Amino acid sequence: MSEHAKKAANFIADEPRTDWHDESLWFVRTKRDRAAASVPEWEQLRQLASDIKDNVLSNLDSYLEQFEAQARANGVQVHWAKDAHAHNEIVYTILERHQAQRMVKSKSMLTEECHLNPYLEERGITVIDTDLGERIIQLLEEPPSHIVMPAIHLKREEVGELFEEKLATEKGNNDPQYLTEAARQHLRSEFMQADAALTGVNFAIAETGGVVVCTNEGNADMGVHLAPVQIHSMGIEKIIPRAEHLGVFTRLLGRSATGQPITIFTAHHQRPRPGTEMHIILVDNGRSEHLGKKDFRNSLKCIRCGACMNTCPIYRRSGGHSYDNTVPGPIGSILSPNTDLEAHSDLPFASTLCGSCSDVCPVKIDIHEQLYKWRQKIVEVQGLPAAKQRALKMTGKILAKPKVYQNAGFLARNFLKVAPRFMVYNGLNEWGKSRELPEVPKQSFRKWYRRNRRS
Amino acid sequence: MKVALFVPCYIDQFYPQVGIATLELLEKLSCEVHFPQGQTCCGQPLANSGMEEDARPIYEHFVQTFAGFTHIVAPSGSCVYHVRHHYDLLGDESEALAVRSQTYDLVEFLTDVLQVDQLAAQFPHRVGLHQSCHGLRGLRLGSASELMEPSFSKVRYLLGMVEGLELVQLDRIDECCGFGGTFAINEPAISTKMGKDRAADHQRNGADFITSNDMSCLMHLEGVIRRQKQPLQVIHLAEILNGVVR
Repeated sequence: MSEHAKKAANFIADEPRTDWHDESLWFVRTKRDRAAASVPEWEQLRQLASDIKDNVLSNLDSYLEQFEAQARANGVQVHWAKDAHAHNEIVYTILERHQAQRMVKSKSMLTEECHLNPYLEERGITVIDTDLGERIIQLLEEPPSHIVMPAIHLKREEVGELFEEKLATEKGNNDPQYLTEAARQHLRSEFMQADAALTGVNFAIAETGGVVVCTNEGNADMGVHLAPVQIHSMGIEKIIPRAEHLGVFTRLLGRSATGQPITIFTAHHQRPRPGTEMHIILVDNGRSEHLGKKDFRNSLKCIRCGACMNTCPIYRRSGGHSYDNTVPGPIGSILSPNTDLEAHSDLPFASTLCGSCSDVCPVKIDIHEQLYKWRQKIVEVQGLPAAKQRALKMTGKILAKPKVYQNAGFLARNFLKVAPRFMVYNGLNEWGKSRELPEVPKQSFRKWYRRNRRS
Repeated sequence: MKVALFVPCYIDQFYPQVGIATLELLEKLSCEVHFPQGQTCCGQPLANSGMEEDARPIYEHFVQTFAGFTHIVAPSGSCVYHVRHHYDLLGDESEALAVRSQTYDLVEFLTDVLQVDQLAAQFPHRVGLHQSCHGLRGLRLGSASELMEPSFSKVRYLLGMVEGLELVQLDRIDECCGFGGTFAINEPAISTKMGKDRAADHQRNGADFITSNDMSCLMHLEGVIRRQKQPLQVIHLAEILNGVVR
């Protein structure tokens, strides 16, 4: 059984909790539906966003250079990182130069991807994640299970217990408002003490050299406004050509992510405040190579809204951790094989190819098509488990030859008819463990046809 | 109209009544139905497992078997989607292109080609409609709930012609049943859970029957329903439209 299948089975073992998880995410999906339906030109917006991103991917080099020149002209220090290690080194070098001890960080999937926190902590720097969900899982020492709602897998009772231990809240008090207030007070003191602030980037505008950060908690802004050094880490695919394009994406992002018309904060960072430093780190980490893969490049259009996770019937029932990847769910399953096909080869198979992800995607990434194509690639590169591949190859040979097929079908049907139940429903039969097999009919259609329609 | 009937492999072997209903229904609608005896399968089980190249001989065999027919009809959105969409592997060869574009799911053949506007069918039961994902999002037999477009459903349109049939409203109108071909075997826990949740939605909303234009979804749901001993039955759309009385 694949790693994903094992972890999923583990998650599902607690069925009421699985139902709760499924319902929580389905609720977000329905909120998204209502928000999307309120925009008459929704489908045109999706197309426009997709077209803009296609243009970006085809001209990424020149947009990046334009962005860099513009940002430098604004007084921003621009860095290029070819991989995760280079990114982490750049961050550390900046912090070291300022003798920074404590850094506050808003949500950034890129820094998760680069494993920045452990890198900095090993070097004696304290990193505080300031997004509430991120802070919860940081205190729990767990990775995020969702890119927009990192702690969606936790119940409030669990958060209450955690805060009781870590933030000394009252025992047994699970009131969300009380817990949020406790987190707010705790984070406020962290903001005040921080020597540096790092944020992720939702959009970087080539024309202006500015970056745009969307949050619901204002935590990115709070960090940046107080610290003497601000750092913005972004994947190179986050570029959009012009400021006028931004509205297309902000209208789609909030609605697709959580069903909000727009995120509460949409902050534009263009130049350092007097007496402070502003850094932007442009990170490749496999993206250039990814861009060269014709069938897979358009997954770089992703704006990280998480809608494909909320809609995915598998994600909702297996939880984000079952994917064992920074970005879980359908989009994670097509992004991750780009960086490490071997490690993530089970993910493109963790789907029924139902296509809901592609239809919900605000930038029209053909997610389920890419899942299908990754499957072909994975079998080409590493094959399937031997027994399975043999069985399927045999099936292929049978199905290409009608005579052999007809005999094989006859055998299969008759085996089911005469075999005792324990032989059909044994431990090897993954179908039969939880589902009945079809009842065996007296005759195949073909046989009926010969008797009833052909002379 | 001359029509070639494609009966998918698992329908041929396990659900002959669905093939028979499709054949009879097409005959009632004045089609001259042929069943090319050499047919086997569309090759989807291999291709979805990542063995598209091993499926190529099956694709070629399918094209060979059905070449020359202008209308190829199958009671399965999933198989038709596979032929139409994934036979792109065969390139621009004209015979393959013709077969791909002329292969229809029964539903779209009835609504778009024959433009059926009445049927002599009765089914006095409460029915839940299970949307097959490949039929819905692949062949676009209806509007998907994710898309903000005018709502339509070719399957509902046809069911509307059946006397006495009452369609129940589901909580989730187009969620996947969890079959997914080899997914059902590779990820048995999730697959089964999805099937249970889907069946529960139908039961909760008072359906006596679940119908679909894809027997593979129904095979999965039936497996779950029978194991759970739920008071639900599955029936392929073709059987209802053909006027089977239960």
